Amino acid sequence: MQIRSRLAVFFGKLACSFIHRLGRGNGSTFPGVIAKKIDPDILSVLSGMVRKQVIAVTGTNGKTTANNILYHTLSGEGEKVVCNKMGANLMEGVITAFVLGTDRWGRLDADYACIEVDELSCVKIFRQLKPDCILVTNLFRDQLDRTGEIDLLRARMQDAMRLVPQARLVINCDDICSVTLGMECINPVLMYGINEKIDEGIPVGARESPFCPFCGRRLVYEFIQYGQLGEYYCPACGRRRPCPDVTAEDIEISNGEYTYTLDGMRMEWGACAPYNIYNTLSAYAALCAADAPRKKFCRLMRSFDYGNKREGVFSINEARVELFLAKNPVGFQQKLFLILKDPKPKDVVIQINDTRLDGEDVSWLWDVDYQYLAGANAETITAGGARRDDMVLCLKYGDIQCGSTADLRETMEILTEKGSKNVYIITNYSGLYSTNLMLDQMQSAWKEGMTS
Amino acid sequence: MKLSIGYLYPDLFNLYGDRGNVKCLEKRLQWRGIEAEIHPILCGDRINFSGLDMICWGGGPDRGQEIISGYLKAIRHDFRAYVEDGGVVLAVCAAFQLLGRTYTMREQVVEGLGILDIHTQWQPARLVGNIILQSPYFKAAIVGFENHAGRTDIGTYPPLGKVVFGHGNTEQSGYEGIVYKNLIGTYLHGPLLPKNPEVCDGLLERALKRKYGDQVSLGELPDISEHRANHYMVERCRSAEEKHTAIHFGAFGFGNSRKAGKDNKRESANTCRKQMDRTADGEKYDE
Repeated sequence: MQIRSRLAVFFGKLACSFIHRLGRGNGSTFPGVIAKKIDPDILSVLSGMVRKQVIAVTGTNGKTTANNILYHTLSGEGEKVVCNKMGANLMEGVITAFVLGTDRWGRLDADYACIEVDELSCVKIFRQLKPDCILVTNLFRDQLDRTGEIDLLRARMQDAMRLVPQARLVINCDDICSVTLGMECINPVLMYGINEKIDEGIPVGARESPFCPFCGRRLVYEFIQYGQLGEYYCPACGRRRPCPDVTAEDIEISNGEYTYTLDGMRMEWGACAPYNIYNTLSAYAALCAADAPRKKFCRLMRSFDYGNKREGVFSINEARVELFLAKNPVGFQQKLFLILKDPKPKDVVIQINDTRLDGEDVSWLWDVDYQYLAGANAETITAGGARRDDMVLCLKYGDIQCGSTADLRETMEILTEKGSKNVYIITNYSGLYSTNLMLDQMQSAWKEGMTS
Repeated sequence: MKLSIGYLYPDLFNLYGDRGNVKCLEKRLQWRGIEAEIHPILCGDRINFSGLDMICWGGGPDRGQEIISGYLKAIRHDFRAYVEDGGVVLAVCAAFQLLGRTYTMREQVVEGLGILDIHTQWQPARLVGNIILQSPYFKAAIVGFENHAGRTDIGTYPPLGKVVFGHGNTEQSGYEGIVYKNLIGTYLHGPLLPKNPEVCDGLLERALKRKYGDQVSLGELPDISEHRANHYMVERCRSAEEKHTAIHFGAFGFGNSRKAGKDNKRESANTCRKQMDRTADGEKYDE
């Protein structure tokens, strides 16, 4: 290891301890900025030190969850794992994860690296990261002002795959967009998918690419899970959804949770949402592709938190408050489905911002079907965030009453004090951490009030 | 009374929430006790133009233009007759481009409907961001979001409005969209109509007059939420423009070499502000 790389690691770590001492942020990107300034090649140096496999996780939805499943289960199997757990998935965030994974001599001590990679940064990051295995969760429309259309995104990801032609691709075969990506690359591919309809009640939402990518004719779907995920074929050229190598079968719903069989194991814990079956399946498929240990997978998943510490459930003034992240139409639709599944009376708060992190274009709100909210037994619906007026308008044209607030904390206080027992908050990305923090504070304050 | 609205190609041209325009047209008719019949027309479907009072067509991916191009040949003649006869059309983004003669993407030339004698040229740098127009046809400012790689030369046709903030048809033209008879073409997403109810009502009124005669007029609706969302965007862009000026030429503006540029920039910011003030007062611009 060259002296320059050692310095980069040293100062990166120093920056991290400074940030923690100053209490400024969680330090998930700044150390990477410093380290990269000192040694622009630091990522390839450190990723080259991983003893077994480097697994990259990319795609639109479910990256953080799938990546955390990989981290959780590999660690549980006794492997040493480097991971950007908090979802800092740009170049600097990835470098930070590696820098903080080094020992005091600046050497990386890791068997595996599980790295979430922003789908637009693939080209830049893969060049240095050189993953052995790449998991693509799915490709949905997301932040069109930043990402552009799916076709543009796919072309970019294809460029990234070309940099690492020997890396094994793990592709969701239910997603025509991902499958097209897989077929356009020369990389070896492992497919995962679900051969049966998960749940009849899931709202489908905006469907991407209804046309055959090869001949341009309309695809026919035997069934759709949600978004464009489903079993499809082209009546014109005869191409069909590929058969999955890894699949989840015998899906049943009990007490609001999905249970299913994965490679002979019965998975019975924690998957309240259909997309969490996909997240778990995709992570398992990545483990197969990387030929990583997975004997205890089923047992380890019992203790996995699908909320990734970003989403979560809080107790405030005897109210159950659940926080959801929704940053694109498909995600939003799925969260509305979870709210709909809860039959109890509830209050719903939706926070929509339009910072760079969220995408400045909020027109995607109109791609969500809100009629599910009308039947969700919601006593009040309140919109917050910078673009609350857009949310209000969107619901108005769906014949749904919606209030508006400039102060989320105040709204939460009013709701919980007037006796609401059940509150759901949906927020897009930039409001996630601050809202999580706010709810945490409110919960602690309430608990303190209880004990004193 | 009843209006039949043709919702063109929701299977292919459904990006950027443009279906909100259809929703807006439908609701604003229903709220006034007028029946609204929405006819989704899928790629390849036959279109009976004589049965339609309005056509709403949204944005789509670049690939969509190639797929649809073949189908367009079949409807070209009838679509043109519909427009020439005063049929009401709202065409957003890709639809706006396809009404023209050609869309040139790298070496490839996609043939459009040719209803308008306009041409669009693809360029790699996309024009993306919030946009505000002042239109001679409407009192309030028109707000939206643009995201397009195409630059459209509208020749001598009148534009929908003057760009107060954002890019428009091309970077330089200073104008956005097109108006021809009862057709509006524009790059504005957002979607366009909900935050600009005046534009929505303008289209509806034209369609109703065409069908039921000039005596028809639309009643007022309480558009508090619509106006709030519209004003928010106008204010936001105004302060963004001011901040931009302050950062580049205020707090950190030093050195004589920059002075000339500084004055120019101030000037343009001032013009922008003036136009916005007029917007807020609900005046029309006169050019």
